Amino acid sequence: MDLFNLGIRSIFIDNMIFAYFLGMCSFLAVSKKVSTAIGLGAAVIFVLTVTVPVNWLLNEYVLKEGALSWVNGELASVDLSFLRFIMFIAIIAAMVQLVEMVVEKFAPALYGALGIFLPLIAVNCAILGGSLFMAQRDYTLAEASVYGFGSGTGFCLAIVALAAIREKLKYSHVPNGLKGLGITMLLTGLMGLAFMSFMGIDL
Amino acid sequence: MSAETIEKTVVQKPSEALLSKRRKKLVTDPLVDENPITIQVLGICSALAVTTQMKPTLVMAISVIFVVVMSNLAISLMRNTIPSRVRIIVQLAVVATLVTLVSEVLKAFAFDMYKELSVFVGLIITNCIVMGRLEAFALGNKPYDSMLDGFGSALGYSWIILTVAFFRELWGSGAVFGIPVFEYVSSLFGPDFKLATNGLMVSPVGAFVILGLIIWVQRTKTGYVEH
Repeated sequence: MDLFNLGIRSIFIDNMIFAYFLGMCSFLAVSKKVSTAIGLGAAVIFVLTVTVPVNWLLNEYVLKEGALSWVNGELASVDLSFLRFIMFIAIIAAMVQLVEMVVEKFAPALYGALGIFLPLIAVNCAILGGSLFMAQRDYTLAEASVYGFGSGTGFCLAIVALAAIREKLKYSHVPNGLKGLGITMLLTGLMGLAFMSFMGIDL
Repeated sequence: MSAETIEKTVVQKPSEALLSKRRKKLVTDPLVDENPITIQVLGICSALAVTTQMKPTLVMAISVIFVVVMSNLAISLMRNTIPSRVRIIVQLAVVATLVTLVSEVLKAFAFDMYKELSVFVGLIITNCIVMGRLEAFALGNKPYDSMLDGFGSALGYSWIILTVAFFRELWGSGAVFGIPVFEYVSSLFGPDFKLATNGLMVSPVGAFVILGLIIWVQRTKTGYVEH
């Protein structure tokens, strides 16, 4: 039940976009059409679900203070957590490459649909942010997996919803200075207001 | 004939002034006309979350300036030796190293600030401005020019997030840099007078709305229209 609760929290309350502003670049750039937004959203769910547990293993058995004690008792005092950034980003880049090759081999249709988005995800803040939050909050492996999937779903939900609104927005008359980025920021603010209503939900 | 052309190529160009017009443009262009946030839509990712107060925002801005300038310098120095197939990984490694440096310095000398910024220092790695400047400029230009370019972009980014932070802190907590301005102003009007703060400004919604309005004002002034 706790896991379910965490999943719901990470989708709606701790939403990557509306609560932490993570992944804003692709959120703004790729939300012009619903179909591409779904592609990117799916890719983010996929990569977050894979990378967060993998980074958890890395953090738990290599980087954390005393994590190396399983190798040798003398290494129990080693603290490699300052290597967190560089290791996490390396794992993410490698996993994205791996996921890309696997998808290309076994699901060519999905690969065609995700297209350019998969490689771009390596530099998406939401992915690195997911792993860093996981390390900061001391999740267990199960929690980390659920958190990865949940926050990916939250991102997907947000970007698809924004894309749907922006498609309709084409028919409205927007002041020149607000066109594009300006009105999108205001829209995101209004959507964030709606998402705030989930706050305090505890299942 | 041939001797003449050889002589021509030997003639050296006069070395450029340290702050020539072209170089000044590298720094000033990203401040308004080519602003990374409001015009190019880069780097919004990791920064807005820290803009509830001026102080962490200032630290964030300084960190970003340092990382962008130094990574631009490093990549520009290596630009002729990096194979283009693996350049993204090389760039990520350079940026991640610099960010680790910033984070360790903060941890050592400003631990409170380090805790307050939490994961957002680490997220400078994926800040699109850093990668964007490396890809677009540092890979094809000389070190000094790249540094100026990075400095300009980071400065353009900094003044926008500082403006957002100013309004969010002023209206959200009634203070500027932690100085309770609202309390002081309301005390001028007698004991019963109290300026109200708006909790919405502290929440993420305030950041989105304020940035949206800043973009509106800025784009109206520069006359930039997105299609």
